[in-house]
Amino acid sequence: MNRIHILTIALLALTTSAFAQKSPARKAGVAKLKTAVATSSAADGKVVYAQNCLTCHQADGGGVSNMNPPLIKTDYVLGDKNRLIKIVLNGFNDRVEIEGETYNNVMPALNHLTDKQIADVLTYVRSNFGNKANAVTAAEVKKVRGK
Amino acid sequence: MKLKVAFSSFIPLFAAAGLLWYNANKPLITNTVNPDADNAGLKLPAGFGALRAAENTGRARHIAVTAGGDIYVKLNRPKEGKGIVYLQDANDDGKMDDTKMFGNYGGTGMYLKNGYLYASSDTEVFRYKLNENGQVINPDAPEKIVTGLIERRQHESKSIVVDNNDNLYVNVGAYSNSCQEKDRTPGSMGRKGCPVLDSAGGIWQFKASKPNQTYKDGVRYATGLRNVVGLDWNQQDNQLFVMQHGRDQLHDLFPALYTVQQSAIYPAECMYALKKGDNAGWPYIYYNQDEHKKIVAPEYGGDGKKEGSKEYIDPAAAYPGHMAPNGLLFYTGSMFPEKYKNGAFIAFHGSWNRAPEPQAGFFVVFQPFKDGKPFGKYEVFADGFAGSPEKTASGRADHKPCGLAQGPDGSLYVSDDVKGTIYRIVYNK
Repeated sequence: MNRIHILTIALLALTTSAFAQKSPARKAGVAKLKTAVATSSAADGKVVYAQNCLTCHQADGGGVSNMNPPLIKTDYVLGDKNRLIKIVLNGFNDRVEIEGETYNNVMPALNHLTDKQIADVLTYVRSNFGNKANAVTAAEVKKVRGK
Repeated sequence: MKLKVAFSSFIPLFAAAGLLWYNANKPLITNTVNPDADNAGLKLPAGFGALRAAENTGRARHIAVTAGGDIYVKLNRPKEGKGIVYLQDANDDGKMDDTKMFGNYGGTGMYLKNGYLYASSDTEVFRYKLNENGQVINPDAPEKIVTGLIERRQHESKSIVVDNNDNLYVNVGAYSNSCQEKDRTPGSMGRKGCPVLDSAGGIWQFKASKPNQTYKDGVRYATGLRNVVGLDWNQQDNQLFVMQHGRDQLHDLFPALYTVQQSAIYPAECMYALKKGDNAGWPYIYYNQDEHKKIVAPEYGGDGKKEGSKEYIDPAAAYPGHMAPNGLLFYTGSMFPEKYKNGAFIAFHGSWNRAPEPQAGFFVVFQPFKDGKPFGKYEVFADGFAGSPEKTASGRADHKPCGLAQGPDGSLYVSDDVKGTIYRIVYNK
């Protein structure tokens, strides 16, 4: 037996036992995997952000006072994912007050972006600028877009 | 006794000598105030100094200074329910120590003319009669001069100025970036015969003393101006000068035609000398300050090179893009050296849509004038509002210059709408 075979068998044994027992080790593995996926999504999202969002919301996510809202620790970003996805799909042109500040600029609809691009950029926004919220998936975007 | 008489007869002499000695040794500045030790954090040309006349006034937009040296400040948003701050200096040290507030609306416009204080909200213009000391007589009952101006959130400031013929000029900014079918949407083309221009995107002229005027009482004095915040009446030319905020996002909206770098510096922020009926060309054209050309906007069939119609006026002067000229003041004082007389100070609030390129502005510029026209290149006059080069580049400025005013002694006042500092710049011969 060569080394690869041994490794494969070991891995199989581990996963089988993990499936059977739902061990903490497996949970940790899944969490790690999710984190890895989110990290890669966020990395792709950074590119989408630079091309579509950065001019107004700025590189640091801080926005522009009186004009473009900040994306830092606001309920719009950290709260209801569906509302956040809708803003990207439909744009935003309402009077908005965030923590006592008002913002006047128009946000265009970005519905030309793919489900994955929107998921990536929102995952990036929700896990950067001091934000710590979970990822947005392409399936979640697809569901909102389909409504 | 004899000695006493002799001595007492010398007293006036001692006094005179003492006075001479005092005069010889007291600071050379006799009729100006002392700058702050750090010049209020500003970088200025040699011989100039600055002090913080007031701090934390609120979101200080335009300002006006009375003949007695009191300051009126218009706040963008009311503070404790009040939108105008009245500052007085009890001991003439330049530091304003008495604050009163009135007016229950936010806004930008603040102008003194013919014994009245003019103030604007984002939809109306008011005026308050002043007493002989330049104090508002009845702060709770202004006359409403203009009402019903359009405010659709974008470019909402209504800047104001009054000429010498009882005419009031009001900026009504366009509620759009470039009159696209879908505002700020990549690739969206321009609306035919841009309908924004019927009620916005220009300067409207009203009577300065007639109450309750609406659009139908006014004249669209000049059109094709996207958004003007800084404006002033040039007394030498007897003419209105305005500073336009140029359109945003050439690259974001038309990435095939413009690079990120081009988008950061173009189009120009333009100074226009206006005559009645002028059209500055927004949204159909923009001005390229390096080629000195009017270029057709991409929303209206432009390719970044095609030149625009000659029917649109040329700017009197042009400055790099997006720096947001929010204040314009023609200097008529005699405190500053001769070269400043009748030249223009421009407060550049600072850019935001240069990102991801470094931001720029956050300074006050001097534009030399000769015979009532811009003459030669502008120079940065007062810098350092942002706090550091890093804060300038990121746009996270500590202070952003906005309004300008001239004091009775020729001091230049600059407002800051981030922290509400009121700067006073003086020249010490």
